Amino acid sequence: MVYLTRKVEFAASHLYHNPALSAEENRRVFGKCNNPHGHGHNYTLEVTIAGEPDAVTGMVLDLKELKEILEREIMQRMDHRFLNYEVAELKDQIPTCENVAQVIWNLLEPKIPQRRLHRVRLYESADLFADCYRNNRGGAS
Amino acid sequence: MLGELCIELGRRYRFAASHRLHSAQLTEDENSRIYGKCNNPYGHGHNYTVEVRFSGAVDPASGMIANLADLDAFVNERVIEPFDHRSLQDEVPAFREVVPTTENLCMEIYERLKSFPRAKLEAVRIEETSNNSFEYAGKA
Repeated sequence: MVYLTRKVEFAASHLYHNPALSAEENRRVFGKCNNPHGHGHNYTLEVTIAGEPDAVTGMVLDLKELKEILEREIMQRMDHRFLNYEVAELKDQIPTCENVAQVIWNLLEPKIPQRRLHRVRLYESADLFADCYRNNRGGAS
Repeated sequence: MLGELCIELGRRYRFAASHRLHSAQLTEDENSRIYGKCNNPYGHGHNYTVEVRFSGAVDPASGMIANLADLDAFVNERVIEPFDHRSLQDEVPAFREVVPTTENLCMEIYERLKSFPRAKLEAVRIEETSNNSFEYAGKA
């Protein structure tokens, strides 16, 4: 098995607020991230595909194809957007790193040929990231 | 058959510490031969980066596996405070008898963090320098 990883970066704003909690609870749980005007991050997304290289092309997946999928599914949806208000898949969810990574997984998994998506890693900053994968994966993390 | 979807939270922390690689079970010559510069009796230091990964259910109320303030406080108390700006073999009891290689440091930090109550520790990865990293995911 060979693992291929493509990285893309996007910038987006968000805020954390749960309408089921009081204003005070929201501030306590989410701290600065509860600022009603929102704030932003430079997100780095690493998408890993697993597979055997094709006997003819030597590729696990054509990077051009992967680049187009990421552009269409992720960049156009999330880059320079306010995640809470402009990304329908995040409606009624808190756009934490965990939840955004899971939304990205759900968007990409059906689009990657032969179900070869292995891992989505989303960095919200250099020191905070979330990984999403299926637990039947084997080999390299 | 598709496996269950899993989410992990990853967080990176930093500390600076000195260490000396020296084993009491080896002669002076052997220590010098095996550890080279790292056997310098005065020690030397590194800027360590510790990357931890935790798995668990995402709480729908917060959207989080674990509240970062809780996690940061736990890691600071158990790892950063006792290790930062310290001499590992002189000031951390776990390394009085155990050589403070980064392999052993990974295992020690894993032991210190595995009891985090709000999520399951999956792995500890340490970058000793930007060129060397080590990862421990618990007993196989």
